[in-house]
Amino acid sequence: MSILEVRKLTKQFGGLTALADISFQVKEGEIHGLIGPNGAGKSTLFKNIAGFYTPTKGEIIYQGKKIAGKPPHVIAKMGIVRTFQETTLFQEMTVFENVLVGCFAKSRINLFSSILGLDKQLQKIAREKVLEVLEFIGLSNRKNQLASELPLGSQRALAISIALASEPKLMLMDEPFAGMNMEETKHMMDLTRKVQESGITIVLVEHDMKAVMGLCHFLTVLNFGHLLAEGTPEEIRHNEQVIEAYLGGAK
Amino acid sequence: MKIIIRLLKIIAVIIFLAGLIVLPHYLKFHYQDLLIFLTVNVLVVASYRIVTLTGEWSLIHAVMMGVGAYTAALLFKNFNLAIWFTLPLAGGMAGLIAALLSFPLFRMTQFYFLIGSFAAGEAIRLTWMQFIVPFGGSGGLSGIEPPMIGSIDFMDPIPYYYLALGVVSACLFILYRIEKSRIGLTLHAVHWKAPLAQSVGVDTWRYRALAFIIGSFFVGIAGALKIHYLGTITPNQFGIGFMVFILIWVIVGGYNTIFGPVIGVVVLTIFDESVRGFGELRPAIYGGVLIISILFLPLGLESIYTKFLTLCGIGGNSSDGPPP
Repeated sequence: MSILEVRKLTKQFGGLTALADISFQVKEGEIHGLIGPNGAGKSTLFKNIAGFYTPTKGEIIYQGKKIAGKPPHVIAKMGIVRTFQETTLFQEMTVFENVLVGCFAKSRINLFSSILGLDKQLQKIAREKVLEVLEFIGLSNRKNQLASELPLGSQRALAISIALASEPKLMLMDEPFAGMNMEETKHMMDLTRKVQESGITIVLVEHDMKAVMGLCHFLTVLNFGHLLAEGTPEEIRHNEQVIEAYLGGAK
Repeated sequence: MKIIIRLLKIIAVIIFLAGLIVLPHYLKFHYQDLLIFLTVNVLVVASYRIVTLTGEWSLIHAVMMGVGAYTAALLFKNFNLAIWFTLPLAGGMAGLIAALLSFPLFRMTQFYFLIGSFAAGEAIRLTWMQFIVPFGGSGGLSGIEPPMIGSIDFMDPIPYYYLALGVVSACLFILYRIEKSRIGLTLHAVHWKAPLAQSVGVDTWRYRALAFIIGSFFVGIAGALKIHYLGTITPNQFGIGFMVFILIWVIVGGYNTIFGPVIGVVVLTIFDESVRGFGELRPAIYGGVLIISILFLPLGLESIYTKFLTLCGIGGNSSDGPPP
């Protein structure tokens, strides 16, 4: 069953067509890879799904509902959460506070209960949730450190923790392996798999072919804003067009 | 060690509060006046801080103070309402105007927001100038009297100071609670990484608007508090000149914690008074000290405290969010 379906999606910036007629489906519970050379439109596609851009044409259907054009926080509340390409964190907050923001993001604003301190129960649940997430990700021992003081691998893990705290059903991960060494990459792969095994569907944009091939159940390949190929990693590895357009350069 | 520090802190707070209470009895009349305005200005900068918390620096805060002040003045003059009613109503009116303005204003960010907020503020201020009825035009309104309760005449600076101190302390407490709550945490998040906050479900527009409304509510109260003592109100009291002073107080004091702006307004006001003897040189000295303080203390006067703690080896808590 597909959790996300993109139908004939087109995004134009003035005269430039960044995405042309893209259609694909993401199966629930899988890790779905989105690959392609630089400038293929992967990040643009992500931004359309997460609500940061409004598609020029086409539809995005998530759990049977049309979501194209809805603002990011509404889409996030429906269960789609993205992580960012650069290490985007609340740098001057502690690890604990970073995740706490993710916990509170969905809860309603209630000024009076906040002033009077009537939301103790909510606070308690949130704090327990933060500890649970940090334990799951393996950052418990760093919870009082500032986010800016963490090494790269832990910063990426923290970004995933913030996303997890908001209880997503679908996580869009934008190049989580960029700039990582072998060991960090391996750790991140384990983490990604762990998140998927906990029942969260993942869509992954990534350049690191080893990570993509090792992790993904299904791949969609983009090239110059067009859909180039679809298939399992094994099929993609042997697809002539893909080799020519993309993997060819790596040989 | 920790218990001793906590004890010292409690003692310091008690001495500080006692000092605030006995202070006016040792001041000359002119300084008693000044003390009241300083108390009001503390609320002005503290409420401005909640707006800056989301990362947006507005230029409408002084005008919002005016909205509160005019509301109080008109309510008093037309309906003879007592200060107990005019204060919350003044805040409410400023909050309401802020709520209406957030629809156009928060479609803008950064410089556009800065200019947009200035334009909106001027539109309001010039309306006061243009309408003789009911705002009194550029001459403003006068004859707004402080309350009389039993035999206590609040025209006298000392009782009025206690009144202002009480109101401002209560407001500061509420502002502090908001900042330390989950709302405060989310406001911080919106400030530093709005897209990240959005991507986990934070409605950034709503939080920006909320901060603006809260800030305007409290500065509206400050405006009413000031005008009930001053007795006269003119549009020019709330012009860009006063707004620049608010900015200076906040920047020189530092805006990392709620204490920064408060320290800024207190220190700069005292400093400004202490160089009164220099006559014509006074503005130049004031400006020079501002530049020096920004050059050498870019994080504001409040950073002296953290530096001092680090020097003592206690180590300040570098995070200013709510404690986990």
